[in-house]
Amino acid sequence: MEKIDVRGLSCPMPVIKTKKAMDQGAKDLLVVGTSQVSKENVMKLAGSQGYRVELTVDGKNEWEMKLNKQ
Amino acid sequence: MDRSKWFILIAGLCIGAIAAILVKLGNPLNMGFCIACFERDIAGALGLHRAGVVQYVRPEIIGLVLGAMLTAMFAGEFKTRGGSSTLVRFIMGVFMMIGALVFLGCPLRDVLRMAGGDYNAVVGFLGFIAGVGSGVFFLRRGFNLGRAEYSHSNVGGLLMPLFFAFLLFLLLKGTVFNPEAGGPLFFSKEGPGSMAAPLAISLAAGLIVGLLAQRTRLCLSGGIRDFILIRENYLLLGFIGIFLGALILNIVFGFFKPGFAEQPIAHTMHIWNFLGLYLVGLTATLLGGCPLRQLILTGEGDTDAAAVVVGMIVGAAFCHNFLLAASGAGVPTYGQIACVLGIVIIGWIGWSHREA
Repeated sequence: MEKIDVRGLSCPMPVIKTKKAMDQGAKDLLVVGTSQVSKENVMKLAGSQGYRVELTVDGKNEWEMKLNKQ
Repeated sequence: MDRSKWFILIAGLCIGAIAAILVKLGNPLNMGFCIACFERDIAGALGLHRAGVVQYVRPEIIGLVLGAMLTAMFAGEFKTRGGSSTLVRFIMGVFMMIGALVFLGCPLRDVLRMAGGDYNAVVGFLGFIAGVGSGVFFLRRGFNLGRAEYSHSNVGGLLMPLFFAFLLFLLLKGTVFNPEAGGPLFFSKEGPGSMAAPLAISLAAGLIVGLLAQRTRLCLSGGIRDFILIRENYLLLGFIGIFLGALILNIVFGFFKPGFAEQPIAHTMHIWNFLGLYLVGLTATLLGGCPLRQLILTGEGDTDAAAVVVGMIVGAAFCHNFLLAASGAGVPTYGQIACVLGIVIIGWIGWSHREA
């Protein structure tokens, strides 16, 4: 599983980094980040690209999610 | 359309309507809100520049920051963070203001000007789209200003909101620090700076828009950026909402006057309307948000965004002290040079901050 670290990155870097990995054909991704905005944006991107989202850590200042596409 | 998209569309409609109402109550035409113009007025009120016609402590700006701060605190999102190329962001704030004052407005005022029938703003809008597109080119290429870190103390994020609260205190108290000079605080007796809705209403408008913008993450450069980058129209709906809200009330109030000539606080130099907002669009995209968004982030405790806001206030002082700022008569030569120089320097920053 490829890990993408978007902690502390401002808009729209988290989305760009995640999308880059998706475009390279990654089916399983682990994304870690900090802000609520980046969490919402990455989840939105995952939904639009047909990935299943599993939020494994959902804190106020830290989140972690697994993205998976069949 | 899902619920969040309806919410941002309605929030946009409200913001556009509030802007038109502020004009009705005394703000300059097509300037219910203008982040760049109002920060420039604040710079003038503090005496950082001495352009007599644009000096006022705009309560809308104070309301935006405090409204965003209170909303973020209630939502548990207020958190001090910073350290992502802070000085670079400050300088970018300076150039974002130069671009805005060459055009005569931030992206928010561009929307409001279009909703008032100002065709020059459409030219500016095309420049803005081109600027955001150029920013997206750098983003795709790997542009990154680096990570911000959360601070172990929340004091840093409170400093700018406290500064604006202090400005409100001075405004209400009416302190004149140097009576011989007539200020600071300076207040315009004529020109745009003298035109203002009543203080309490301006402040309330700022607080409401601060709340709405914090919740919806409204961002004008972001709307176009996300559409180009990932075909996402969420933020764009906020943009459209503002336009429609202001357009409808402008027609109702009789403010809608279509045309190029004799538009309020605007000039007809097409190339500079285009390039001014090109510079703003490019800079805002690299910074991650338009001037409005930078204010909202400042209220959330983002000290990097606060550096952009301070940069914009300093940039406004440069604009008027060095005769860079446009007026109804057009863009002065130094302003034209500064705008082109700004595009080159921001382009260089965009090119050089490529992540390996």
